[in-house]
Amino acid sequence: MAHYPSDLRYTKDHEWARLEGDIVVVGVTAFAVSELGDIAHVELPEPGTEVDAETAFGDIESVKTASELFAPVSGEITEINEDLADQPELVNDSPYGEGWLVKIKVSDSSEVDKLMDAGAYEGFLGNV
Amino acid sequence: MDDATLRKTPLHAEHERLGAKLVPFAGFHMPVRYEGVVAEHHAVRQRAGIFDVSHMGELLLEGDRALDAINTLITNDIFKLVDGQALYTVCCNAQGTILDDLIVYRLSATKVLVVCNASNVAKISKHIGERVSGICDFRDLSDETALLALQGPMAEATLRGAGAGALADLKFFHAGEGEVAGYACRVGRTGYTGEDGFEIFCANEDAPGIFRALLESGDGYNVVPVGLGARDTLRLEAKLSLYGNDIDETTNPIEAGLSWVVKLDAGDFIGRDALVAIKEQGLKRKLVGFEMTGRGIARHGYPVLYEGEEVGVVTSGSPAPTLDKNIGLAYVPKKIAKIGKEIDIQVRRKVVRAKIVKTPFYRRQKP
Repeated sequence: MAHYPSDLRYTKDHEWARLEGDIVVVGVTAFAVSELGDIAHVELPEPGTEVDAETAFGDIESVKTASELFAPVSGEITEINEDLADQPELVNDSPYGEGWLVKIKVSDSSEVDKLMDAGAYEGFLGNV
Repeated sequence: MDDATLRKTPLHAEHERLGAKLVPFAGFHMPVRYEGVVAEHHAVRQRAGIFDVSHMGELLLEGDRALDAINTLITNDIFKLVDGQALYTVCCNAQGTILDDLIVYRLSATKVLVVCNASNVAKISKHIGERVSGICDFRDLSDETALLALQGPMAEATLRGAGAGALADLKFFHAGEGEVAGYACRVGRTGYTGEDGFEIFCANEDAPGIFRALLESGDGYNVVPVGLGARDTLRLEAKLSLYGNDIDETTNPIEAGLSWVVKLDAGDFIGRDALVAIKEQGLKRKLVGFEMTGRGIARHGYPVLYEGEEVGVVTSGSPAPTLDKNIGLAYVPKKIAKIGKEIDIQVRRKVVRAKIVKTPFYRRQKP
């Protein structure tokens, strides 16, 4: 099984979250990428959009299918990864780096603590 | 359907060995991709790829009246063929809508092979079997027959390298019997990708040997196994219809752009009267190709808008790796079905601009 970075938190929807001050950087996990295959399009909301934890905020599309993206935490989108418009394959190439999706200013940073850590996520994947 | 009830093709162990991602399709465990859809797509356009399409159906009609029998069930005309030649056709119901699209081989003056879609094997086997009963012998060979497709500019060299002899010299839409890698098989120069290529019918137990021999023969050209994911993007670029998406029992071949396989002067067939009437009344809608000019990917079932009003539906849509565009097919009213016309696609929460374009989207350069 792939090793999942220990500095990230994870959701059952196969997204990751990294707390940087009051900002949470969000992306999808290597597992999500391997399930989706070649990413062809990422649909993200405008910065300034308010999102709620566990609700859909965008879509990620492979050549074959479109899947919804769910916010790991509640807050305001402060930034989206503009590079993905022309290079959606960055998500395949670097899911934890250049392939990040959005940054969310969290309203309650304790929401991050409720997400799975790497060990819990690996255990969760073992049961998928 | 859970995994336990899914059927496996004779190449199942090969797919697992090659690390394929397997998905349920038409009741089978089928490889959707190995290395990746885009890489496999380019491999077929630039080199060649090998597909397992053993889930498809094969029906054999035999007897003095086999050709007459099949000709009453298809829109195209088997009497235009010579022995050993094949044609593409649709099979309609009495309303002139499409039960399935088929490749029909005139193997000889008394022998016909029909290849149908996996999702339609039960329906078409029953439809044809019942109607030819008492006229000719009928056998459904689907369960005992494996089918491999070898597609791409290096397909001929790959087949030749696998010891296919004269089968590698077949002309387009012609078929012959012989051996590949020492295994008895039937080969047709047909396919579903818009490239040159072959389809190889063999006994289930011989399929792994042929599959490996083709991979080995093609290794020097970097020929790769290809899954259903790339099969779909390849066929869409070439505007080859997908049953269940672009054509089905609610669509007729005229509006689907398949008039070229409807031979109204070739004697009577099921659906002929209805198709004559459809032609006389004129079409209400047409299947058109479009490319997205705004950002977004159209998918099967998305609404088509024109000047703000819903006027049609997308039947197929995806990225087109060869063209580096997002493309699709849709039924739209005839008055809108014009090259260059701007339409909108409702892509979930967003309306995205598209433009009707000429099809096929991709046409290979013939040598």
